[in-house]
Amino acid sequence: MNITPPHLHDHEVILDVKNLRVAYGKVEALHEVSLTIRRGDIVTVIGPNGAGKTTLLAALMGLLPADGEIVYMGHRQGRDREVEALVRHGMTLVPEKRELFAEMSVEDNLLLGAFDRYRTGHRDQMETMDEVFELFPRLEERRSQLAGTLSGGERQMLAMGRALMAKPKLLMLDEPSLGLAPLIIKEIFRIIGELKKTGVAILLVEQNARAALQIADYGYVLETGEVSLAGPSQELAADPRVIEAYLGLGNKQR
Amino acid sequence: MDLQILLLLGQDGITNGAIYALLALALVLVFTVTRVIFIPQGEFVAYGALTLASLQAGKVPGTVWLLLALGCTVAVLDGIRLVREGRFAKLPPLLIFNIGLPLLAAAGLFAMPPTQLPLAAQVVISMLLVVPLGPMIYRVAYQPLAGASVLVLLIVSVAIHVAMIGLGLLFFGAEGSRTPPFTELSFELAGAPLQGQTILVVVASASLIIGLYFFFERTIYGKALRATAMNRTGARLMGIPPVLAGKLCLTLAAAIGAFSGILIAPITTIYYDSGFLIGLKGFVGAIIGGLASYPVAALGAVLVGLLESYSSFYASAFKEVIVFTLIIPVLLWRSLTSKHIEEEEE
Repeated sequence: MNITPPHLHDHEVILDVKNLRVAYGKVEALHEVSLTIRRGDIVTVIGPNGAGKTTLLAALMGLLPADGEIVYMGHRQGRDREVEALVRHGMTLVPEKRELFAEMSVEDNLLLGAFDRYRTGHRDQMETMDEVFELFPRLEERRSQLAGTLSGGERQMLAMGRALMAKPKLLMLDEPSLGLAPLIIKEIFRIIGELKKTGVAILLVEQNARAALQIADYGYVLETGEVSLAGPSQELAADPRVIEAYLGLGNKQR
Repeated sequence: MDLQILLLLGQDGITNGAIYALLALALVLVFTVTRVIFIPQGEFVAYGALTLASLQAGKVPGTVWLLLALGCTVAVLDGIRLVREGRFAKLPPLLIFNIGLPLLAAAGLFAMPPTQLPLAAQVVISMLLVVPLGPMIYRVAYQPLAGASVLVLLIVSVAIHVAMIGLGLLFFGAEGSRTPPFTELSFELAGAPLQGQTILVVVASASLIIGLYFFFERTIYGKALRATAMNRTGARLMGIPPVLAGKLCLTLAAAIGAFSGILIAPITTIYYDSGFLIGLKGFVGAIIGGLASYPVAALGAVLVGLLESYSSFYASAFKEVIVFTLIIPVLLWRSLTSKHIEEEEE
């Protein structure tokens, strides 16, 4: 099966992954996964629980050792690539568990999102924070509140805002809709759509296939550690196999 | 027992308590950020005090040799990695900081023993000799084990503690030292004499605590340390390297230890192994704070100081027993009131 996306946009390739393999001991969690993400694209990876979606993001971010070829921003990544080095080159991950600093204020959480930029001599944190507040006005209202006291939706917004503080080139979102009310999900996805305009490449991992395919340019279906289907998202959304397994017959999932 | 004795003992207790509080804060800091129970914290107290004492005696403190040895080890460890990764540009600063500066310090001390320098300069030199040992020890002993369990890290701490005591005996000898007081001032408070040195210790400790508070609340590096303590994964994702956090922590811990030692050197005679008991009392304070809460740890440490002082008057033979027995009801109360938390898996 051809799983390399056609050149829909002649954009710069941000991330090119070939034959990625991740194993927990002898159990292989990801098998020969390949995917490509270009500047300004939203690429989604959908699939059921336990398909290896979170593992995929953890491996890309350098949190897990992986075999295979990962080329990020034109540089081939070694097996012992470090999270910090990837962060410095503009890769960010908003993890499924958000991993916020619960006993710190919203403002401090955001500020630490720009830690590496501060360390490398950039002093534009306040302007970036204003941009984040424009995107998430709710965060500005809560700026001095402790992150641990936020609602689920606000936490997701804070996690995304904190990642944006690093001015990423690649933003990876792990299940941003997890555990959120439908209205909030709609809002989060609207913002993801808005982010696309800034030129950041987005890798969106979702169980909510309908919402993800609506917003994405290209999609991959991950099942038991392998890419079973791939294609432009409209085509995927119209594919009978996807409709049957992930979209249901006109019934909204969740 | 009259008011005068009560005040005198209280004064003593608060002075010691202030030092214990500083050490308790350092222990909480190191533990929350790196999960290391930093047993050698007390050795830094002894090294700080004894390094200053040997400088004043016109001797070259043995600390400089340890600095040089650890510096060379760090340079070799990091140098091999840099060469392997082809990052040659980072080699010169590595060599300058870890070998060049310690060599320079050794040469300087041999050429001109700083006996004639003012006290403040001697204090600064002592700090410069002792504090870098903190991050170097982190690099050599803890960094390769960053993912290990708390127990393994504790065993490493015990090993470092034993090694530092042994080296302390080699460097400074078995006899104790006491440095001249920073100030000869003396006041009278409700009939009890109040030494200027006592006030100095309390004021210096309090300012250091306030300084630490501002560091953690107002600076991005302080916040990064707190963030690492709160959520290790989250911090890594922000590009806060655990190694940077660990080195920063041990630098602070070493600085707090050495500074405490310099503060109390004029009040008590410090031997090469005195640090352990002092550190242990800070540890009791840190335990009262559950190795997590800074204010409770500091207050607990002051309580330890007061308890020690009053028990040395009433039952001086049982002074240490009483202080360390305090840990039992605290642990009992802690284990009955708090839920068991699983150790974080890396």
